[in-house]
Amino acid sequence: MAEQLYQRDVYGQALVKLGSLNKNIVVLDADLSSSTRTNLFAKQFPDRFFNFGVAEQNMMATAAGLASCGKTVFLSTFAVFAAGRAWDQIRVSLSYNNFNVKIVATHAGITVGPDGASHQALEDIALMRVLPNMNIIIPCDGPQTEDAVMAAADKPGPFYIRLGRSKVSTMDNKGEFKFGQAQLLTKGDDVTIVACGMMVTQAFGAVKNLASKGINARLINMHTIRPIDSEIILKAARETKLIIACEEHNIFGGLASSIDEIVAENFPVKVIRVGVRNRFGQSGEPEDLLKEYNLTSLDIEKAVLSNISKNKQ
Amino acid sequence: MANKQLTTEELVARAKEVRRLIIQMLVRAGSGHPGGSLSATDLITALYANVLRFNPADPQWPDRDRFHMSKGHCCPLWYAVLAKAGYFPVEKLFTLRQFGSMLQGHPDRKTPGVESASGSLGQGLSIALGMSLAAKIDKKDYRVYVLLGDGELQEGSIWEAAMACAHFSCSNICAILDANGCQIDGRCEDIMGLEPLAAKWQSFGWHVIEINGHDMQQILSAYDQAKTIKDKPTIIIARTIKGKGVSFMEGVVGFHGRAPTEEEARKALEELA
Repeated sequence: MAEQLYQRDVYGQALVKLGSLNKNIVVLDADLSSSTRTNLFAKQFPDRFFNFGVAEQNMMATAAGLASCGKTVFLSTFAVFAAGRAWDQIRVSLSYNNFNVKIVATHAGITVGPDGASHQALEDIALMRVLPNMNIIIPCDGPQTEDAVMAAADKPGPFYIRLGRSKVSTMDNKGEFKFGQAQLLTKGDDVTIVACGMMVTQAFGAVKNLASKGINARLINMHTIRPIDSEIILKAARETKLIIACEEHNIFGGLASSIDEIVAENFPVKVIRVGVRNRFGQSGEPEDLLKEYNLTSLDIEKAVLSNISKNKQ
Repeated sequence: MANKQLTTEELVARAKEVRRLIIQMLVRAGSGHPGGSLSATDLITALYANVLRFNPADPQWPDRDRFHMSKGHCCPLWYAVLAKAGYFPVEKLFTLRQFGSMLQGHPDRKTPGVESASGSLGQGLSIALGMSLAAKIDKKDYRVYVLLGDGELQEGSIWEAAMACAHFSCSNICAILDANGCQIDGRCEDIMGLEPLAAKWQSFGWHVIEINGHDMQQILSAYDQAKTIKDKPTIIIARTIKGKGVSFMEGVVGFHGRAPTEEEARKALEELA
């Protein structure tokens, strides 16, 4: 059994590490610091941590003011509140200004579970992806969360890092993390599966099942959504002619749309979307929700089998 | 950098000059917001001339006082004052709102002296809060000034920020409220009542100074008093007249967001001669 980690635990620890290395790091939260784990930083560096209470819009624009004075700001709340509630502040005060603010949004996606639809961000990638200057990382597991935080701290400008609530299995042998450069996890020429976040684990399960049926699937971990690695997508389009895009997000506006845009312009191939099909979420345990919304390994496998050309089967 | 202090009379003359520039810029641009630019002219002219610590040759000087214009649509005023302060040549003002100009229709960081974009109302007090907290972290003594509009106070995020500035005891913040009583659709009190303004800010934990925003002596003493307030932020509630200085614009809601015609500009400049 692979190691299981909470991405937000890793995030909190990474912030503490960063805080010791760099006196310019300031961390903000909006009354969720025990859930987002920014409380770890708060404990170590109380003079550089500010809790805004339940006021995300103020937190977001305050981050801009801090950044205008040379601070590198990390701020956290749940993804629904970060991307949704404070979107105009992100647009005008962070993205337009191109300020050095890193939004680390936790509790994204359907696997938030029992809290239900209001708390399950299924639109946030779309909301962030349309903003110029915005960089987006969706780490697939615990260790990659630290890579994402360090990459965001290194590169000036606004970032959106999307984390989940539940534990995720650590993916072995991913290779080095390079911002903006996707990771090839398995080689194969029959079909390409592109996934991000916790869907990488589901996709990996599908790849194993497909292998037992004689189908060699290429698996790509698209951890950086913006700027997206168009080279690896086009190579996959040319070599495998079929792409399955898997995301814990609405099928509109997220990873699948990013891939669609690139292949449509350059090398049109079929792109099948495994995502939430324009519905709101609901309460339930993550495993039950993944099944209900067709986001499991089995769903990915089915998407491959029903779309792959007969001669490859 | 120490500014050359102007006398009250010199400030009045400087403000008139700034108002002329605003009219000239807007008629050239063919669009823009005269009403709120003219109502806040005395406040911001005095601030840059006698109060703010800055160096136009080094806009990023770390110890500079910060100014942010939260009601970004009044940037013609900001641009005119920045030009007079030496940030860029006055001639540049007449490129306002033109394609390729560094003087955008709403503030943008490509203008020297502009710290942050604005234009979507309700965000500027939070920006000021961030600047204030940065001073606290860095143990710097610079002050942070932010110009708010009264219509803007209808944005809920202003009150989120008001609460936080007091919570964090940001005594280095001096908010300037241009209370001209008008907004696009009419008088503020008719559209969405804001009074009692002083009591609202006091109840949020602010030190409140209420003045006539067109009286230079009152303006200067308000800025002086704000510097002496410890442990809480200060707001100067400046009662002003929208379109101040041009008789046919004063109190006229329609001049919130309409540039003067050539003829109107000629008359306005005559009045401001």
